[in-house]
Amino acid sequence: MITLNAKIPDGPLEDKWTRYKSGSKLVNPANKKKLDIIVIGTGLSGAGAASSLGELGYNVKVFCYQDSPRRAHSVAAQGGINAAKNYKNDGDNIFRLFYDMIKGGDFRAREANVYRIAEVSNQVIDHYTAIGVPFAREYGGTLDTRSFGGVQVSRTFYAKGQTGQQCLLGAYSSLNRQIKAGTVTMFPRRDMLDLVVIDGKARGIITRNLITGEIERHSAHAVVLATGGYGTVYYLSTLAVNSNASAAWKAYKKGAAFANPSFVQIHPTSIPQLNEFQSKLTLMSESLRNDGRIWVPKNKGDNRPANDIPEEERDYYLERRYPAFGNLVPRDVASRAAKERCDAGYGVGKTGLAVNLDFRDAIKKQGKKAIENKYGNLFEMYSAITGMNPYEVPMQIYPAGHYTMGGLWVDYELMTTIPGLFAIGEANFSDHGANRLGASSLMQAAGDGYFILPVTISSYLSGEIRTPRIPTTGAEFDETEKTARERIDKLLSIKGKETASSFHKRLGKIMWDYCGMTRNEEGLMKAKELVTELKKEFWSNLLVTGEGEDLNQQLEKAGRVADFLELAGLMITDALNRKESCGAHFREESQTPDGEAKRIDSEYSYVAAWEYNGDNEPILNKEPLKFEFVELKERSYK
Amino acid sequence: MKLKLKIWRQKNAKSKGAFVSYDLDGVSPDMSFLEMLDLLNSRLIDDGKEPVAFDHDCREGICGSCGMYINGYPHGPVPGLTTCHLSMRYFKEGETIVIEPWRARPFPVIKDLIVDRSALDRIQVAGGFISVTAGAASEANSILVTKKNSDEAFDSAICIGCGACVAACKNASPMLFVSAKISQYALLPQGKPEAKERVRAMIAEMDRNGFGNCSNTGACEAQCPKQIKLLNIARLNREYFKAF
Repeated sequence: MITLNAKIPDGPLEDKWTRYKSGSKLVNPANKKKLDIIVIGTGLSGAGAASSLGELGYNVKVFCYQDSPRRAHSVAAQGGINAAKNYKNDGDNIFRLFYDMIKGGDFRAREANVYRIAEVSNQVIDHYTAIGVPFAREYGGTLDTRSFGGVQVSRTFYAKGQTGQQCLLGAYSSLNRQIKAGTVTMFPRRDMLDLVVIDGKARGIITRNLITGEIERHSAHAVVLATGGYGTVYYLSTLAVNSNASAAWKAYKKGAAFANPSFVQIHPTSIPQLNEFQSKLTLMSESLRNDGRIWVPKNKGDNRPANDIPEEERDYYLERRYPAFGNLVPRDVASRAAKERCDAGYGVGKTGLAVNLDFRDAIKKQGKKAIENKYGNLFEMYSAITGMNPYEVPMQIYPAGHYTMGGLWVDYELMTTIPGLFAIGEANFSDHGANRLGASSLMQAAGDGYFILPVTISSYLSGEIRTPRIPTTGAEFDETEKTARERIDKLLSIKGKETASSFHKRLGKIMWDYCGMTRNEEGLMKAKELVTELKKEFWSNLLVTGEGEDLNQQLEKAGRVADFLELAGLMITDALNRKESCGAHFREESQTPDGEAKRIDSEYSYVAAWEYNGDNEPILNKEPLKFEFVELKERSYK
Repeated sequence: MKLKLKIWRQKNAKSKGAFVSYDLDGVSPDMSFLEMLDLLNSRLIDDGKEPVAFDHDCREGICGSCGMYINGYPHGPVPGLTTCHLSMRYFKEGETIVIEPWRARPFPVIKDLIVDRSALDRIQVAGGFISVTAGAASEANSILVTKKNSDEAFDSAICIGCGACVAACKNASPMLFVSAKISQYALLPQGKPEAKERVRAMIAEMDRNGFGNCSNTGACEAQCPKQIKLLNIARLNREYFKAF
């Protein structure tokens, strides 16, 4: 059994990070050049980490599956990035940002980590501004902010509805600077097939060149996974269709504990599914809830066009149920409320699985121009996809799988339970508890990458300065490569009748139905059986065309789906184990009389860190959550 | 809907490609162009044939992965859309659709509709950055930028690097792409210290990769899915003249 040591520094909350930095071990510049670091993924966390580590003088190798690092899915984040700058003079500060995240995460995150990310949030904004990220500005030339769900201050910095793109391109530019400087080498179009562990330490990876099919070996003194989340387990999600969990899953199977895998955020405002061939769901930024009002008809089955339904026959159910936060309740609350109305028969649209997001009142009050300035590109995207004009008719929206709070367990240094293997950004579990607040993912990814990992990784690497460059010829590399090759051969040799995409679709449906927005014991047990069956079917009836030594998108997909099938099992196990409701994890058996999530702190105030156990059931390790600085409270937005 | 597709098939960079025709029925007007290709691919696989390879990822118009020539237009005939956002509503029952990869010498075909766009990355590596090391930045509001300049910088910065401008241009010029980055930094005070070195390095790298120059046809602006303005190229030229 592994031991979980979170390595949280002593002392008052606000001093922990400073104390850590003062006491951490450093690596001198001459030694940094001799140390190799592998970073997988080039989103905000990966590109941020790689460029910062390069700036420090380490020798960095970066991998991504896309043809260019500029395409990592951070690019698609829309609404904004939080920081506790208090530019609006509305009483914001680091503690309040920390508290909002702890409460928003329904008291299932680690205090010290959350406080630290709130602390570095301001540095992130300073840095992005300095490298030319064009955040929105006020007429006086200072930076503008807006409000987001789950908070009562205005702390979200933004670049129209493309904040993720602008931050990512900023990170990409820093990465390019280091590539030019020669500290970073970029390997695009690579899938990480497995992690190489030597004497218990992460020492390298096996990759597949997606153009030639060549299997490659890369070694390093430390490996950083910045591979994002696993929301595509639902097939239809707001993620890029090639986003996958394979790197994190391979790490899990090599001994890295996987924490809270069932904590998945279902985003309330996505464009609903339009047809059965649909390959993804497009997000409509949460920022729209600043001005848009969500409603369904008061009368069941009222299928008049939305604009024909008079005011008194509309049910603004979020404003009704949550008067204090109204349309700006956190995502999990908004998603469940939409599901509740649609399940009760009040949904709108062709399928009845949609609710209205209406800008009529905002346009009346602020004018079309003002709304266009704030959300122009989102409105255009909506009408390009649906053929409807949101300036004239309400948008129709429905929840969709979006972000995974769960991920690889990491300690305060962002190191997993495998020494030398680090996980940053969405790939780790540490900062969002059971629910993430809007505009916190960019903040966390950037904070981890630029300002936290580069400090904490030196504690580990200071002990590696005597380790010469790791050769890729050892037995562990041989063995790991062999396993990777055998799996590819296996996938190609089944020659059954069903494509990987088709299996993925079926898996997604099971997970959405039984391990999605709400869960119960019976459904989860059923899902467990169904996934086990599907996995068997996959390995006996999979069809992959083409060859391994070639660009083969079917083969890439098959490998990813094979891992999703296993991960889905762990998500279900975790959801079954946690018999409380908290944040996005809603167990129907555990709710208040008015249908809100009911936590059971006496039994479940812990991080569930699962340990791989071969073909047997995974082992549950618990990291107790101690709340020393905030009082555990019922999370209310009423 | 029923469609006739003429698609460029090419096994790899070395082999010779050719158009292959396919009949496809059961297309729904709700589908995106890429979902229509997904449907074709699932039929091809069912028939034991190799599916058409194409780059795609976010499928929401922002990552810049997808891109193909559709009926003679990069990203298809509808302005302001990437291929993934192009809806099948825009096509007619029975229509013949010709689908090709980007055609430009600096973008060699890798397979079918996939091309190698790494030359665009090399241009950015040459100078598309502001040299501030993490930790060195001053307080964000110590840099004031007029709202007008900031908004304009944003309008340039939204380039997704898809390469449609190169594909649209008779000279295979990436100057809209290069100018978008140059403009973003030229409009911001943060970009000033390295302005000269940046524009020289990026243009030199552009030339080194075999791209052509701009002759002001404006095809790039017309085809850019993000509607980046030709004005940026004028600004690039000015920045370039200033750099010597």
